Amino acid sequence: MIRFLIGILALAGTLFAQGDAAKIAALEAAVAAAQSAGDNAWMLTSSALVLLMTGPALALFYSGLVRRKNVLGTMMQSFILMAIVTVLWAVVGYSLAFGEANAFIGDLRYAFLAGVDGAPNATYAATIPHQTFMVFQLMFAIITPGLICGAYAERMKFSGMVLFSALWLLFVYCPMAHMVWGNGGLLNAYLGGKIPSFDFAGGTVVHITSGVSALVTALYLKPRKGYGVEPMMPHSLVLSFIGACLLWVGWFGFNAGSALGSGSLATSAFVATHFGAAAATVGWLIAEKLRSGKASVLGGISGAVAGLVAITPASGFVKPMPALLIGFVAGIFCYYMVAVVKHKLGYDDSLDAFGVHGAGGTLGAIMTGVFATNAVNSALKDASGNPAALGLVDGNGGQIVNQAIGVAIAWLLAAVGTLVILKVCDLTVGLRASDEEERQGLDLSMHGEEGYSHEL
Amino acid sequence: MKKIEAIIQPFKLEEVKEALKAIGVDGMTVTEVRGHGRQKGHKEVYRGQEYMVDLLPKMKLEMVIPAARLDEVIKAVVGAARTGKIGDGKIFVYDVVDAIRIRNEDRGEATL
Repeated sequence: MIRFLIGILALAGTLFAQGDAAKIAALEAAVAAAQSAGDNAWMLTSSALVLLMTGPALALFYSGLVRRKNVLGTMMQSFILMAIVTVLWAVVGYSLAFGEANAFIGDLRYAFLAGVDGAPNATYAATIPHQTFMVFQLMFAIITPGLICGAYAERMKFSGMVLFSALWLLFVYCPMAHMVWGNGGLLNAYLGGKIPSFDFAGGTVVHITSGVSALVTALYLKPRKGYGVEPMMPHSLVLSFIGACLLWVGWFGFNAGSALGSGSLATSAFVATHFGAAAATVGWLIAEKLRSGKASVLGGISGAVAGLVAITPASGFVKPMPALLIGFVAGIFCYYMVAVVKHKLGYDDSLDAFGVHGAGGTLGAIMTGVFATNAVNSALKDASGNPAALGLVDGNGGQIVNQAIGVAIAWLLAAVGTLVILKVCDLTVGLRASDEEERQGLDLSMHGEEGYSHEL
Repeated sequence: MKKIEAIIQPFKLEEVKEALKAIGVDGMTVTEVRGHGRQKGHKEVYRGQEYMVDLLPKMKLEMVIPAARLDEVIKAVVGAARTGKIGDGKIFVYDVVDAIRIRNEDRGEATL
């Protein structure tokens, strides 16, 4: 940094003698380089933080909630996605999401990452290398199918899980990411979408798609053997606690990183994210205390995650007080979904991927339409070049309808796409572990290992 | 020879060990076990899902002693393990046919 400043000073010094125009041009270039360096530093940090959300955070969070015979199998479900999604993303996934063909899916212009290099792609992020943007988006693509693991935990074949996740990435995630964030995407408020919808960091793209797909998967697979009869308690809330705290930290990269730069918008998203998580923790614990008499550790960490989910679409659009409100409501709402609605309906969404991500994501997407304000995010301009009214608080109540359309499209694509993909996987490699494998546990039956040795 | 199998509250293990040591009984095998007698279990709630946990953690002590010392040992265990509440556990006594020290094949009470 010091060397860089000395460089600028030296440059300014040598230019002093030259003409003003050349001097200004050189200074502008130096300023742009400085901004790019600052933005890129934050975006690479954010990319690493978002990867940390999958491994170890999600892997710990989920694997603590299963029985001990499935601890490694559950960790592996997160970890394998860090590998296969990365490969798919490099070959074709990034292009399908961020290529520019039509409103629904990208073309193949970036297949094999052709042309994705150190120069910025000004359409998406003008101050960071295109490659940084690509790898940041990759980390989102990794965690999204990972969230679905919560619904099929303890009973999915490894081969079926791998094929399902690969197809799901290409045919559900990539189209949804393109519609919301891709150039010309149907819902993209900034790049020519016909139905402008606000989703700052993935309420629809990440949480609704994964949450709704989780519900469909849980219904399709049927409950675990012995569900509702045998006790299926979390085998280590210690692991889950560590995982949830790491998720909270990683989420700063997820949401504040979605500013695609290191300016004040990133700060605002960072603050909203933190406030949302905190208020949701309080909300969930109050609801739980009132209903079952005790404020539990699992309740606290589940509430935090629910708040992080709900604030995700809103994080770059709302002020701190609405962020507190969104989080608080999400904590209570998701508790109700998980503790009451799930048992009434009887589906075995084992680790509550739908109750937290599907429900929290939907709530957050709608509330974004209420509280989004150009006082926080003035990037969108109206016809006369002034900051456009964003949500209801700016006087644009119609935005709630657009948000609802975005939610509906995400639900529909996730539900139909997931059902078709499940059927395809079921008819080819098979989805569900055999009764014997399930009884034995995925650690031994799928991977030939045990998480905890009896002898040692 | 008699074998004593004592199932006690986990937090009483140290006191029982001390009491046995005080009367010169050193050999024992301890296992962490779960079980229940008349003691009721407790309720655990995970995300609104209630589970009755009726198998509670206990410690199982096993020791083989000369028959002549039986009453003395039982008195020591009972004295140290008792809280007076439900859940204190039980002691079972068995006759032992023989004992063999693996190292040198000593047999009978000489092994104790």
